[in-house]
Amino acid sequence: MEFWVSQTFNGISYGALLFLLAGGLSLIFGMMRIVNMTHGSYYLLGGYVALTVIWRTGSFVLAIFAGALAITLIGVCEWNAFLKRLSGQELGQVLTTMGFALIFQDLALIIWGGDPYTIPVPSVLSGAYQIGDFYFPIYRIFIIAVAAAVALVLWLVLEQTRVGAMMRATVDDPEMARGVGINVHGISMAVFALGAFLAAVAGVVAGGFVGVYPGADFEILPYAFVVVIVGGMGSLKGALVGSMLVGLLDNFGKALFPELSYFTLFAPMAAILAVRPTGLYGRA
Amino acid sequence: MNKKLIVSILAVVTLILTAPKLGWPQKGPIKIGFLAPVTGGGAAVGKDMTNAFSMYLEEIGYQIGGRKVEVIIEDTQGDPAQALTKLRKLVESDKVQVVAGAFLASEGYALAPKIDEYRVPTLFPVVSADDLTQRKPVKWLVRTGWSSSQPNQPFGEYAAKTLGYKRAVTVAMDYAFGWEQVGGFQRTFEEAGGQLVQKLWPPLGTTDFGPFLAQIKRDADAVFAVMVAASALRFPKQYQDAGLKARLPLIGGGTTFDEFVLPSLGDEAIGAVTPLIYSAAIDTPVNRRFVKEYRTKHGKVPSYYSETCYTAARWINEAAKAVGGNVEDRDKFLAALRKVEIPDAPRGAIKLDAHGNPIQNIYVRKVEKKDGELWNTVTHTFPSVSQFWKYKPEEFLKQPVYDRNYPPCKYC
Amino acid sequence: MVAIVFLLLLISPPFLSSFLLTLLTQALIYAILAMSLDIILGYTGLASLGHAAYFGLGAYSVGILATRHGAGFWITLPVGVLLAVTVAAIFGLVALRATGVYFLMITLALGMVVWGLAHRWVTMTQGDNGISAIPRPDLGLPWSLAHSIPFYYFALAGFLISFSILRVIVRSPFGRSLVGIRESESRMRTLGYHVWLHKYIGFVIAGGFAGFGGVLWAYYNGFVSPVDLQLATSVEVLLMVALGGRGTLLGPALGAGIIIMLKNLVSVYTHRWLLILGVVYIATIVYAPEGIVGAMRQWRRRVRPALVRSLEDQFGG
Repeated sequence: MEFWVSQTFNGISYGALLFLLAGGLSLIFGMMRIVNMTHGSYYLLGGYVALTVIWRTGSFVLAIFAGALAITLIGVCEWNAFLKRLSGQELGQVLTTMGFALIFQDLALIIWGGDPYTIPVPSVLSGAYQIGDFYFPIYRIFIIAVAAAVALVLWLVLEQTRVGAMMRATVDDPEMARGVGINVHGISMAVFALGAFLAAVAGVVAGGFVGVYPGADFEILPYAFVVVIVGGMGSLKGALVGSMLVGLLDNFGKALFPELSYFTLFAPMAAILAVRPTGLYGRA
Repeated sequence: MNKKLIVSILAVVTLILTAPKLGWPQKGPIKIGFLAPVTGGGAAVGKDMTNAFSMYLEEIGYQIGGRKVEVIIEDTQGDPAQALTKLRKLVESDKVQVVAGAFLASEGYALAPKIDEYRVPTLFPVVSADDLTQRKPVKWLVRTGWSSSQPNQPFGEYAAKTLGYKRAVTVAMDYAFGWEQVGGFQRTFEEAGGQLVQKLWPPLGTTDFGPFLAQIKRDADAVFAVMVAASALRFPKQYQDAGLKARLPLIGGGTTFDEFVLPSLGDEAIGAVTPLIYSAAIDTPVNRRFVKEYRTKHGKVPSYYSETCYTAARWINEAAKAVGGNVEDRDKFLAALRKVEIPDAPRGAIKLDAHGNPIQNIYVRKVEKKDGELWNTVTHTFPSVSQFWKYKPEEFLKQPVYDRNYPPCKYC
Repeated sequence: MVAIVFLLLLISPPFLSSFLLTLLTQALIYAILAMSLDIILGYTGLASLGHAAYFGLGAYSVGILATRHGAGFWITLPVGVLLAVTVAAIFGLVALRATGVYFLMITLALGMVVWGLAHRWVTMTQGDNGISAIPRPDLGLPWSLAHSIPFYYFALAGFLISFSILRVIVRSPFGRSLVGIRESESRMRTLGYHVWLHKYIGFVIAGGFAGFGGVLWAYYNGFVSPVDLQLATSVEVLLMVALGGRGTLLGPALGAGIIIMLKNLVSVYTHRWLLILGVVYIATIVYAPEGIVGAMRQWRRRVRPALVRSLEDQFGG
């Protein structure tokens, strides 16, 4: 019993982290069909920047915002300077973003060195809640809370505001949106920025838990893609469902079928794609 | 037309780069190739390794047998494929006369065939893959460190008889090192009356132990954890947060609570008992001096990675002195390397057994807080332990190497 | 031009340093992989993010059969290639339901499935430890393949055979129809071509040759590990094709050579080779989207005639 409860809780908290990471990627994907291999780097750099901010100022909250904003800036620059003109060219996108990912990886190594670090979290977030025989680490609850808050805000913006409506329109049909007078270019940039922002937040949040270390960018990248694909590109609901699914599958897979743990993750992904190439909630 | 031009340029460039090399340089510096995980999950370990190796060479002024010493450090990232590539570069491009270093057991197994192919004398101060000095001996390898199961064989007995544990669960990294560490522990633990009731194998590099911690059988007496590098940083805290520390005492392999990770841990590490060939708390004049010097130079207490690499540099020096600095005579140099005995290393007396693995002390350590710092206090010493423990080598070698399924988990 | 290169490849080994020779051998093997990807990427227009999987399957076949069952080359070769072909046949059924970005994603997923198995199916693949001590094949030749020069020629032979067969394929009507599909699927369909079948066969052929490359790689390196088929490797092969010039066969081979040389030689001089590699990725797309060979062909088609004409105008005749 304790096993099932713990695993489900772990799966949900991991899914929450993935949602932060992949939510933005899903929107970017859906709108601009951009295959962004740099997304993992946003995650990594967000964590590193936050680390430096915390070392200098000691403030966890400041670290989250500083990290996220810095990376958003980088992401927007990358998009503006290079990715904008590569729409429709998947190969070009893959290679350009991969190039940036490698550059960022080496830069991170130069600036922060090769040691693995953990972002020091405020003590109010450490330890665990004990309910009877069950232990729930507080930090994991924090991750779930952050993801839930973000999901709520995103939903409100997308469904209840005009900007959100414009975003949804652009995701659905960019040409039509342009025809109706929506500033597709501006909206696209905003969405890309949002995606980078969320990835960086994920990096900071994860940094307090699994830490910030060289290689984290490429480790997390396939997971982000799985969520986007399973959930469907361009769909927030899909990203939520996808990340929960992946979080749970990953945890249970590792526990129940350790020798096949990646298989249990990517095989369902391939299977879903085989049946619905646009993902569970995606639009073609 | 243009293709021709490009091709001719390529050809010329190629030919320039390939000025024929004429074998090994005769006199001139002694070149040592050093493989370490400079980046990646083992970066902190890599630093300890290179710092200590250089520290010894600085002590002797980077001179061996009247010749200058040059060290070429290459990054393996803790990956066997990279280690192989870098070895190739060190031997074929840099023309080193001796190689030292490497980190993970998997790197060791990958490098072994190539080392024999190249006939380059190689020292493994850290790589502890059992079989390299047991069933798959490597002619050109001189192991100056330890074998994975070496400390855990005495420790299994200790855990059952002295610590009084009857049922143990193991959580170990899923690769050769983890398998061999658990194997050594399991064998003697069960022979002394204990029972291993569960074996868990998180993949190497795991940072989120949630799925594994949730599976640990709560009715055991102790959890034996084998963690390496970055995983060792994460595990104790997660173990405590999952509420396990209060219920299940944590013991484990020596690398789980090695000195390199202790400074980053907090109170969650206190009380852990592990066996290893070294502890910074060993109370001998030699070690105290070594710890003081390392601490002054590098701002932290030396780990066993530091001690073994420091001693490896000394090993090379002793052997080179024995052949009068003529390391180009590879066969003679190799023979000299095998004969080296060091009675006063920081970790104690070391000499090689007939199979090429050191016979040395095994220290049982407990993590305690002293003056606000975490130390591995030595609670018991097993003197002069070999890789075979109390078993006869011929009998030992007849059994298969320890792996995931050997010894079989009878009580799982 | 091309003949000069081949001549150099044939006669230079005894004059090269052993390090450069091993790099050239590596380049030849990766060239096979790159050319195989060119079939679906360059000629058919399908970008795959999981091509290293077939390479890995070939390599692991050798690793497992040669070390655990003592199998010789004439067994490991067909098994390796057949395994790659079979898996490509299965994966092709799934992947070819999509195009463009979706195809990229599906091939990514399928590549990760194979990587995951290599990484975690420890009892079969030894996981992260990899499989080591793979002996060089014993072909009964008077020169042992355990030495670098004979093995170089062995790899060269493999490369030449692959190149010849692939060249025949791309110049055949089948190959031409692949190009047609790349240019416009709908047009080909209205012309009555069975588009899906063409793509499928191309996909399987590509997988098979990648598997062949993998077999040679395992013998060359003596060691196989999940690194050989990870995502970064698949992306690197894409780079080789793009850098060399897609749809030219020789371009990708050249691209493979350049990348291998770059990775290994640059790291002799600086530890910052990742940075440099990253810049190469970006520079390729920005400055030479058609790749080196592609750019040369464009130059020959457009710039040279104009240059010749203007020279003729100037000097009469």
